[in-house]
Amino acid sequence: MTTATLTRGATRAEGGYGFRSAATMEWLKLRSVRSTAWVLLVFAAGLIGLAILVMAHAHWATMSPADRASFDPTEESFAGLTIGQLAFGVLGALVITTEFSSGMIRATLAAVPRRPLLLAAKAAVLAAVTLVAGEVLAFGAFAAGELVLRSPAPHATLGQPGVLRAVLMAGAYPALIALIALGLGAVIRHTAGAISAVVGILFVLPLILLPLGTSIQNSVGQFMPMLIAENSLTAVKPQSHTLSPGAGFGMLCLYAAIALAIGTWALARRDA
Amino acid sequence: MIEARGLVKRYGPTTAVDHLSFDVRPGTVTGFLGPNGAGKSTTMRMMLGLDRPDAGTVRINGKDYRDLRSPLHEVGALLEVSGSKAFHPGRTARAHLTALAASNNIPRRRVGDVLGITGLEQAADRRAGKFSLGMAQRLGIAAALLGDPAVLVLDEPVNGLDPEGIRWIRNLLKNLAAHGRTVLVSSHLISEVAQTADQLIVIGQGRLLAQTTVAELSARSNSLEEAFFQLTEGSTEYSASNIAYQGSPS
Repeated sequence: MTTATLTRGATRAEGGYGFRSAATMEWLKLRSVRSTAWVLLVFAAGLIGLAILVMAHAHWATMSPADRASFDPTEESFAGLTIGQLAFGVLGALVITTEFSSGMIRATLAAVPRRPLLLAAKAAVLAAVTLVAGEVLAFGAFAAGELVLRSPAPHATLGQPGVLRAVLMAGAYPALIALIALGLGAVIRHTAGAISAVVGILFVLPLILLPLGTSIQNSVGQFMPMLIAENSLTAVKPQSHTLSPGAGFGMLCLYAAIALAIGTWALARRDA
Repeated sequence: MIEARGLVKRYGPTTAVDHLSFDVRPGTVTGFLGPNGAGKSTTMRMMLGLDRPDAGTVRINGKDYRDLRSPLHEVGALLEVSGSKAFHPGRTARAHLTALAASNNIPRRRVGDVLGITGLEQAADRRAGKFSLGMAQRLGIAAALLGDPAVLVLDEPVNGLDPEGIRWIRNLLKNLAAHGRTVLVSSHLISEVAQTADQLIVIGQGRLLAQTTVAELSARSNSLEEAFFQLTEGSTEYSASNIAYQGSPS
């Protein structure tokens, strides 16, 4: 043990914390656990893999005229979002629930006691990472899908109306799911519980609609995150009973804002 | 300097901390003593802004923890609650400390310093989940020292340390106090605390039983331990029967 390092004043005057330093901590935390890399790998494999799988099996020759009319080569190349949304939902939940399960939350809050600031920093880092990965892989999935789609099936290009918007929104969608999961995780605190809630919202809610009448499906279904992604964000051909791309995207942003607001409130109010 | 004034914390019908007031002064090691369940950990959690008191205040250098501008520079904390550590098991010791340092703009070289002080250099790049209890405890202490804080709050720091580690932490704590820091160390063992502390705060069932010194307490009875037991008598959660077990007749 060296006494020199115990003398006070070794690190004076450089201190203070704020959004920037809290976000740096969160970035260092996110990249120093293996789960982040695994989630990104699953996300990439899901997006690219399913784009190739679905588009390589689109057999134009055997399609009915109705199928041909509704075939949307842009939307079809984002089949992998079903897996991608779950991967980033898990990541968003883990960012906060592992803090509670490991006890790390005590060290984190001792370093950054302003809890709304902490959650904002977590949300910003999570959004940045998932948005960049989401956009890169959305363009990748689109390119891979169009590449393996065989003529004479019509191909989509970024220059066609609405296609670029669809690709950009496909890339942003999983990031919004990650933020919703972060908000849920801040309330639920347990990894399994938070991931169950994410799965419930993404996959179980639409299933509950199935036995209900068409009119309920049509009116409520358009507000479900997964159906927004499929029918509003990534669709280039207009579909009935769906929100417009802008309205769908706004709805998802609203969900994320509500989840984060409740998460912030719960984190600030409850004992850690 | 730590000042607690009328601290109250309730969990449902139980009152864990009951109108607790005390001062912890700089330049000396203060032992925070009491039987299991006396409210030591709860009080420390309130000091660090983790739990909100139902009444009263606890101030560190005159401020609420949540109002500190640079918390890691002002307070170093080691908190452990029933086996759950304050780090992610998948992160290396160095990554854990580097992230915490970044949060308070502590220069990165300080991470190397505290790894050196706690003797963790060799283990710095191993995942902390693989650490022994003693190494995990050292990592917690390294995190507490990161910001070179004026106040240290350590909950049961000798837990899991081997004899060499216990000797090391005793010397460390004395050194920290000798450099003018405020050092508060909790324990349920008076004999352990007496090795490092001069000042004592003794609580039982959430209430202050005594704010005294080791010398004054040991003068109350034949031995320090005897005096401590007399003081905490009646405030333990449970007590063993006084009738010795005789064994079955053969």
